[in-house]
Amino acid sequence: MTSFDQLLQFIIGGVSTGSIYVIVGLGFMIIYSVTRVVNFAQGEFVMLGAMLTVSFYKAGSPLGIAILISIAFTTLIGILFYQTIIYPIRGAPAFALILVTFGASIVIRGVALLIWGTGPKHLPYFSRTNPIQISGAILNPQALWVMVTTAVMAIGLFLFFRYTVLGKAFMASAIDAFLASLMGIKTERMGLLAFGLSACLAALAGSVMAPFTFPSTSIGLYLSVKGFTAALIGGLNRIEGVIVGGLALGVLEALGAGFLSSGYKDAIALTILLIVLTFRRHGLLGGAEAGQV
Amino acid sequence: MEGTKTNKIRYLSIGLFVIVIAIMPLVARSRYYVTIGNFIGIYGIVAMGLALLIGYAGQVSMAQAAFYGIGAYTSAILTTQVGLNPWLTMVAGAILSAGVAGIIGVPLLKLEGHVLAVATLALSIVVSTFFVELRPLTGGYDGIGGIPRLSVGGFMLKADFHYYYLIWAFLFFLFILSHNIVHSRVGRALRSIHRFSGGSEMGAESLGISPTKYKVQIFMLSAAYASIAGSLYAHWVTFINPDPFGIFISILMLIMVTIGGMGSLWGAIIGSCLVFLSGELFREMVPRLIPGASGEMEMIAYGLILILILLFMPRGLVSAPALFKSWAAKATRKASG
Amino acid sequence: MANAEQNSVAVHAQQKIRPSGSDSLELREVSKAFGGLIAVHQVSFVIHPGEIVALIGPNGSGKTTIFNLISGFLSPTHGEIWFEERNLKGLPAHRITSLGIGRTFQNLQVFTNMSVVENVMAGRHLRSKAGLLRTAFRLPPTQVEEKGIFEAALGKLAMVGLETESFTPPLSLPYGKQKLLEIARALATEPKLLLMDEPAGGLSTQEIEDLARLICLIQDRGITVLLVEHRMELAMGIADRVVVLNFGEKIAEGTPDEVQANEQVITAYLGEEF
Repeated sequence: MTSFDQLLQFIIGGVSTGSIYVIVGLGFMIIYSVTRVVNFAQGEFVMLGAMLTVSFYKAGSPLGIAILISIAFTTLIGILFYQTIIYPIRGAPAFALILVTFGASIVIRGVALLIWGTGPKHLPYFSRTNPIQISGAILNPQALWVMVTTAVMAIGLFLFFRYTVLGKAFMASAIDAFLASLMGIKTERMGLLAFGLSACLAALAGSVMAPFTFPSTSIGLYLSVKGFTAALIGGLNRIEGVIVGGLALGVLEALGAGFLSSGYKDAIALTILLIVLTFRRHGLLGGAEAGQV
Repeated sequence: MEGTKTNKIRYLSIGLFVIVIAIMPLVARSRYYVTIGNFIGIYGIVAMGLALLIGYAGQVSMAQAAFYGIGAYTSAILTTQVGLNPWLTMVAGAILSAGVAGIIGVPLLKLEGHVLAVATLALSIVVSTFFVELRPLTGGYDGIGGIPRLSVGGFMLKADFHYYYLIWAFLFFLFILSHNIVHSRVGRALRSIHRFSGGSEMGAESLGISPTKYKVQIFMLSAAYASIAGSLYAHWVTFINPDPFGIFISILMLIMVTIGGMGSLWGAIIGSCLVFLSGELFREMVPRLIPGASGEMEMIAYGLILILILLFMPRGLVSAPALFKSWAAKATRKASG
Repeated sequence: MANAEQNSVAVHAQQKIRPSGSDSLELREVSKAFGGLIAVHQVSFVIHPGEIVALIGPNGSGKTTIFNLISGFLSPTHGEIWFEERNLKGLPAHRITSLGIGRTFQNLQVFTNMSVVENVMAGRHLRSKAGLLRTAFRLPPTQVEEKGIFEAALGKLAMVGLETESFTPPLSLPYGKQKLLEIARALATEPKLLLMDEPAGGLSTQEIEDLARLICLIQDRGITVLLVEHRMELAMGIADRVVVLNFGEKIAEGTPDEVQANEQVITAYLGEEF
């Protein structure tokens, strides 16, 4: 394999994992922009989606149905989470909300461990084509599924927020919840929508990536942190930014793992996060002025 | 400045507590209980630092275990590989931890609350990775053994109960330090910036108080506390590996502080007691009730406790007396009319 | 506008010193825009040391925005603010306070998690220096300093008439007294310039008279005062000069009498209580 091919391989790998980070990041962004909550359980929703799909498939349902049921289930859990836990304490200070979502992520992971144990899970590839050859590098067709799904999601979200009534109401709530409520937009419903939508996207992501990442019940935490990094790079309010952030993260990670040691893979992503945060001056929402009265 | 009656009660309860702690090993006469006492003390020190951070700076840190680990590893490495005096290595570890906290704290604490939480989560993972990957230094998964004991005067501390008294002495000492800080100019500055309890960052800035500066200082202090606890741990057990320094311990710390009450030093100690004891109880009982299940149930329980406390008793157990009073008052009002 | 009230306030203002001299505060073509909304547009004015200047204008004219710009909670989109020959550009709010500008707030920012005297003691922050390590170990010099802080705080409370409420929790004080607390706290920083944002808001007529007396007392102590005020009897009664804003622009400046006679000012206030 020539070094160009090697580089290409890393980049391809990076883009496919990066796409997953993008989806998780989008989920963070959706929730944060409306509720100002950093949902630590986001990664666990992805894990749930993957696990549920595997279980339903193994129980005998066709792959497509299994995915749909899994998404429905996870979305329901996301909505329940919002209704029973987030909404009652929505006025609480930031650290309480963080701890609560963190607590939820622990509970979800614990329950998942009980049900599914610790081993990696297998899901068949969605389409049975052979690995795609690009120059000297190989692209796993399932990874292509992930990238396409991510692209569709991103475009779908963009259109939704721009051109539908509900989507525009959502954006209004994200920009200024108080003003939005004055205009008659029910911000509680927006929070519900945010959590439901994020859980739905997460479950889809989990299902699509399962065949080639062999997920286990412990992937949630890392996904959360990396997805959040992606979202942060994008300023937590711009879809384009999240896409750039996630892909960049994925590629940098792949390059780092390839040229340094694979043990440091996670450390790389997180060092990037720390650096990005260090140079961000205007709060989490890019461009928003700090300290306004 | 406060009522002398409350002061008397306070001194009495502190005195009582000190006596109970002091005689425990003599009464219990069992290595098991002394070991538990050591862990409660060590975690209590970490929890106190975290309680100050959350209670006064309003910031969540998921990295206390990382600083705990830095303290332990610094002590271990500097004593076994460089041959430094253990006490010096404790100081070195504290300085290093505080330094790391300062470096990531200065840019991050300017931003909103959740930033530090995620960043410290990331830091936790990064530091854990380093403990495992830097084999020549840290011994990787095998860890470091043969860590020398601490000596006071000429006397070398060997037995578990030696460390019991040392750890609790440290805890009381740090408790007093924390108490002094809280009731001082610095404590006022901290309270003034803490919106949740009634402070106002704007008001504080208008008095020349820089919120970021104090948040960073408290973060560094909490890192130093955790580091000291780590060093004590290392010299007590004389063997460390990456296991006890992962995310799970950070979570445990958060639960201790949340249960006990954020911002309350007492709460941190109580929280440490409760969490550790119930953890032990759990580990004993659950396998008997549900065969085969252990770690997961603990996890679920901790998560649920965290959520429930935040939903229903966000000020933690130390607020229980006050809560009870207001509940009782409401109940009597309803009953009488 | 009740002239009787204005006169009674003015009576208290009679023995004021009216210095002239170099500038204390200067705004140069200051503008502030929030996205497309222009809150303040090219406002310039000067405040001389020892003056009491009132900043008035109808609702939404940009008065509080200017305060936030001066005290550092916002930064100007254009223009500069100079204080005692020093450009305040880019300085954070707490730095600006250390240069000698104190302020009170329209929406009270009293610390409800500490007693009245502790609030004012917090105001002594810049006049003390015990840091983390020194307070942790409770070194003797720290004890001495703490005592000094306490006494200074009591002094400021006495100045505003709150010394009997020193150990009360602020929330149990009536609104008017909480406002006095904020003033005492701001005074504790020993400011050279004191910004007061609607200090008379919510006060009774008697309380306003007392407030006027207090502000003149503050001026006697050599502190320059800039106040934003809606209650005209206070603003016109004690101010040496008045600056009038409307829709973010300065439309008039001068003595209270000059401003009251100004055509534009009258038009701007048409329909509002004057």
